[in-house]
Amino acid sequence: MRTICVNDIIEAVERLCQESNYNLNDDIKKELEKGIQTEKSENGKEILAHIIENAEIAGKKRMAICQDTGMTVIFLDIGQDVYITGGNLTDAINEGVRRGYNKGYLRKSVVKDPVFERINTTDNTPAVIHYNIVNGDRIKITVAPKGFGSENMSGLKMLTPSEGIEGVKRFIIETVDKAGPNPCPPIIVGVGIGGTMEKAALLAKKALLRPIDERSCEPRIKELELELLESINSLGIGPAGLGGRVTALGVNVEVFPTHIAGLPVAVNISCHATRHSEIII
Amino acid sequence: MKYTLEAPFDDEKIKRLKAGDTVSINGIIYTARDAAHKKMISLINEGKPLPFDIRNQTIYYVGPCPARPGEVIGSAGPTTSSRMDAYAPKLIELGLKGMIGKGLRSKAVIDAMKKYKAVYLGAIGGAGALIARSIVAQEVIAFPELGTEAIHKLTVEDFPAIIIIDSNGDDLYRMGRDKYRAVNPENNTYT
Repeated sequence: MRTICVNDIIEAVERLCQESNYNLNDDIKKELEKGIQTEKSENGKEILAHIIENAEIAGKKRMAICQDTGMTVIFLDIGQDVYITGGNLTDAINEGVRRGYNKGYLRKSVVKDPVFERINTTDNTPAVIHYNIVNGDRIKITVAPKGFGSENMSGLKMLTPSEGIEGVKRFIIETVDKAGPNPCPPIIVGVGIGGTMEKAALLAKKALLRPIDERSCEPRIKELELELLESINSLGIGPAGLGGRVTALGVNVEVFPTHIAGLPVAVNISCHATRHSEIII
Repeated sequence: MKYTLEAPFDDEKIKRLKAGDTVSINGIIYTARDAAHKKMISLINEGKPLPFDIRNQTIYYVGPCPARPGEVIGSAGPTTSSRMDAYAPKLIELGLKGMIGKGLRSKAVIDAMKKYKAVYLGAIGGAGALIARSIVAQEVIAFPELGTEAIHKLTVEDFPAIIIIDSNGDDLYRMGRDKYRAVNPENNTYT
């Protein structure tokens, strides 16, 4: 049994909220640079160069890469031998978000009631938190702010088993094509296949955490990721949707066992500002 | 073509702009997004004046980040324009000439743009830190209770944008996509 005080969690979340919003991860930077070489459209090349310049400015000035600093999605892998002291864990995480966004000059984008008054909570809380129990005596915290320009273009469909792999591919491509210029291409596509409705959605979100230059270790899924990337980049949407060949920088697919009657597919679209930072306490 | 544009715009200038032209905007523009649009339309329906004279003006769909001390503004890139489609035709009818955002527009918006001569400009989505450099002054002029969604009056210099939909209804998104689309027409289930 190891004891972890909530104060350490508050501080970690505060810092991760800021770092994830100021710094574009290296895997994405690398793919953007490659994109300038492969993009055929002159407009597209220019947009990609501007996006890289934007990331440099943001990192240097500790400004948000994108003004949509997102709804804060947080994944916690909690070792089963950890004992948390000093307060409630969920409250601690939200306090970290509150401090991170307030002190970090990040935009507060959360409204309390989704349907009626839609009044801003003014501190970007509550976060969307996913708890997972694992072996060990540590806590891994991953902060992944998610902007809604791309979140709004995401989709989920409960396919039937007879629709098979062709049905899966068709739904993913259709979702990206329909999104067009809205999610700020070049995008990153997180796909979840299997499980139940909510499991597929969570797999798709988790897929966005995997570096985009790292393919699935399951050979058939790896092949699917590469094929989907090629199909998406044939759609012609291009950087900023102005036309071109670099529509997606990466496609990450995660799978899970499912029911004999089902084939759920979730597509979580993310912009180039696919942000995530993590720490192990 | 490349143009330098002074905002507010006039009709003659609007008519010359074609989808695909790149522009550099100087002058005054106003911010408004979902909540501010809803409030403006309520004011119009109640017969009350808008917080600013909308004739010939440009609205930038943005909810900026707070400014660090010593800075004018935080990151300030465009938000998805289609969420304002329900409100935009009315504002265009009242004289709005420019909208800056990103993403697709509805037929109703494009029809209003053609009828009343307005343009839709794209700023680079996700380049908010870069765009912030072009904003040299800002003040909140209405709805401060909305926080980032308040109406800000922005003074801009060399604000980079591209004409996405011109006053004839030509659409760069469509033209660009068609040029680079390489999907086999026989399997083209994607459109």
